Amino acid sequence: MPFGNTHNNFKLKFSAEDEYPDLSQHNNHMAKALTLDIYKKLRDKQTPSGFTLDDVIQTGVDNPGHPFIMTVGCVAGDEETYEVFKDLLDPVIQDRHGGYKPTDKHKTDLNFENLKGGDDLDPKYVLSSRVRTGRSIIGYTLPPHCSRGERRAIEKMSIEALNSLDGEFKGKYYPLKDMSDKEQQQLIDDHFLFDKPISPLLLASGMARDWPDARGIWHNHNKTFLVWVNEEDHLRVIAMEKGGNMKEVFRRFCVGLQKIEAVFKKHKHGFMWNEHLGYVLTCPSNLGTGLRGGVHVKLPNLSKHAKFEEVLNRLRLQKRGTGGVDTAAEGGVFDISNADRLGFSEVEQVQMVVDGVKLMIEMEKKLEKGGSIDDMVPAQK
Amino acid sequence: MASTFSRVLTGRRTAMLLASLGTGALATGYLMSDINYAGAIERRKLYPPSADFPDLRKHNNCMATNLTPAIYSRLRDKVTPNNWTLDQCIQTGVDNPGHPFIKTVGMVAGDEESYEIFADIFDPVIKERHNGYDPRSMKHHTDLDSSKITHGQFDERYVLSSRVRTGRSIRGLSLPPACSRAERREVEHVAVQALAGLKGDLAGRYYRLGEMTDLEQQRLIDDHFLFDKPVSPLLTCAGMARDWPDARGIWHNFDKTFLIWINEEDHTRVISMEKGGNMKRVFERFCRGLKEVENLIHERGWEFMWNEHLGYILTCPSNLGTGLRAGVHVKIPNLSKDPRLSKILDNLRLQKRGTGGVDTAAVGDTFDISNLDRIGRSEVELVQLVIDGVNYLIECEKRLEKGQDIKVPPPISQFRK
Repeated sequence: MPFGNTHNNFKLKFSAEDEYPDLSQHNNHMAKALTLDIYKKLRDKQTPSGFTLDDVIQTGVDNPGHPFIMTVGCVAGDEETYEVFKDLLDPVIQDRHGGYKPTDKHKTDLNFENLKGGDDLDPKYVLSSRVRTGRSIIGYTLPPHCSRGERRAIEKMSIEALNSLDGEFKGKYYPLKDMSDKEQQQLIDDHFLFDKPISPLLLASGMARDWPDARGIWHNHNKTFLVWVNEEDHLRVIAMEKGGNMKEVFRRFCVGLQKIEAVFKKHKHGFMWNEHLGYVLTCPSNLGTGLRGGVHVKLPNLSKHAKFEEVLNRLRLQKRGTGGVDTAAEGGVFDISNADRLGFSEVEQVQMVVDGVKLMIEMEKKLEKGGSIDDMVPAQK
Repeated sequence: MASTFSRVLTGRRTAMLLASLGTGALATGYLMSDINYAGAIERRKLYPPSADFPDLRKHNNCMATNLTPAIYSRLRDKVTPNNWTLDQCIQTGVDNPGHPFIKTVGMVAGDEESYEIFADIFDPVIKERHNGYDPRSMKHHTDLDSSKITHGQFDERYVLSSRVRTGRSIRGLSLPPACSRAERREVEHVAVQALAGLKGDLAGRYYRLGEMTDLEQQRLIDDHFLFDKPVSPLLTCAGMARDWPDARGIWHNFDKTFLIWINEEDHTRVISMEKGGNMKRVFERFCRGLKEVENLIHERGWEFMWNEHLGYILTCPSNLGTGLRAGVHVKIPNLSKDPRLSKILDNLRLQKRGTGGVDTAAVGDTFDISNLDRIGRSEVELVQLVIDGVNYLIECEKRLEKGQDIKVPPPISQFRK
């Protein structure tokens, strides 16, 4: 709750043991990391905006998780959360991001010219290419915690910044609450519209409060660059197009992002970033680059192969269904994207996608002809 | 887990002591986190109440109808002694705009003091929801003397089952939207300890939600006793499903006619039910069980939240007063097709629901018929009203069966004269 959590001071009347959540049925990163000792140490702390430990962990307490899928189980309410609750979040980050240590430094590289290739992915297999990330605006609390006043201020500033873009980026803002039925249908058909979250993972964190107040979608007239305002993060920035020209998508992504950032900086509200965690976002899983670069690619043969998972792991790639996270693949078409967020730069992550998908298409072609791919399985990246 | 708490907090007296200590601790807490508190004040100045006032233009609930910017401005920065705020009370109403045909309440209380500290919004909401009952000037009468009930045996060719439910909150502990895990566990402990003292036909057993065996769970489902994690966004947005299923459970007597839900939408929901049409016996057991539980918690220094304006204090303002819903499942195939049914029910101050409860559809020609009102009439008066009303409906059904005509009864007055 915004503006100071005095309710937390009231809870301190009760012992830590009596307040400590029952995590015996739980399988998420927070439940693994949160010992009673850490709970005792952090329960009386607050960030300057009043976000508390119980606020951080509520989503993980309410959602025990699944034996096969390890969710994060905690969120940040503001930039300072990652500092004030380090004792919990450092081990969570380390576990989630492949051993990333509290002393490690993260490299940011949004120089699209450093990407090699990526303009030649076979369009018979690659149906579409997309790169997304998130950005948080300094000086405002994050979606789990923000008040209506803050959320509206974020929207206002974002609209101003986005409306100042020109050339290929010229576009328009569609606020969720004032959309006409026609506009809504168009946005659905373009696969742009986001809706009120139904996932209990998101709802339990408090980020859907006051829906649809101050939420909206901005996109350029070409429909190749899109920004979500006040969904799971302050901003989600997406570049996408049909076909396999990931190089062009990434160029547009980097250029657009940098233009937007310049406008925010001018108003003394740059993006949350530090050299240890990279870009700071609501969910610890999106720290670093917050980048998910991926393609929809037809791999009907490779996806049935026994070594499919192993190949993905070694390429540091991840598969999802064509509806996004937690959906099924349809007709042998998979969403393949980078698995990492922290510890690799943007260019490095997109490079992994480009190189990895290229290889997987070669494998698919070989399998089509009845050949074996055993000698094509790559080394661990 | 609860053991440390129990050592510290052995009764209501200690709870009241701690509550007053709490104010002191709160002040100390502020001083200790001086920087944080100063930051909070700064942020409040940055965002005046007008910047935070919710957009309620598309909303149809009692909170949205009554919350003005002036009221919001006055109340936004207030906190109850348990540090509960207005924004937290109204969040469920902001998040759930409602439906043009169904007007929900749109706000909840976090503790007993919410109704006092935020009276400027609760009072008009209560007045609207309870058809003119004004907490500022009117008094609510509690009467749990079941011997006063007459004609409480229904024709069982029509009435399939009878049920009376209410809720009770334990004074000194925050309500489900606001309670911490420790408080919720204390509610469970107090309730279960008291229920263990029930004897005779009321003796029974507790089943904790998180520790049930599959067999126990199936049996409770088959008996229609089990409650599950709420899915309704009206409830989840109010925060009452946090930490599920921690400290939630079901207690019932061995006869399966007296049942208590612990830490669902209220601290406790008390239900008396049986197959058939003996509403008098259902209500008699209801009153007896309630009184015995109250005696048992008094022994340990606890009491129920109650005052003479609002009656029994519960989470949702719609359940104030008696919190009582007395009803039957009744077969009225002919009457259900009669276009006058709605008016008849209205005038009898009755409500129809489907056989799955609120917001469900009727199955076949069987309806759940219960009292509309909760406050302004006592428990005895409401149950008598249901008995008289259902008997009238059965008379109508019998007449329609014989091809005779029926009459719409004159309207019953809203509150006791």
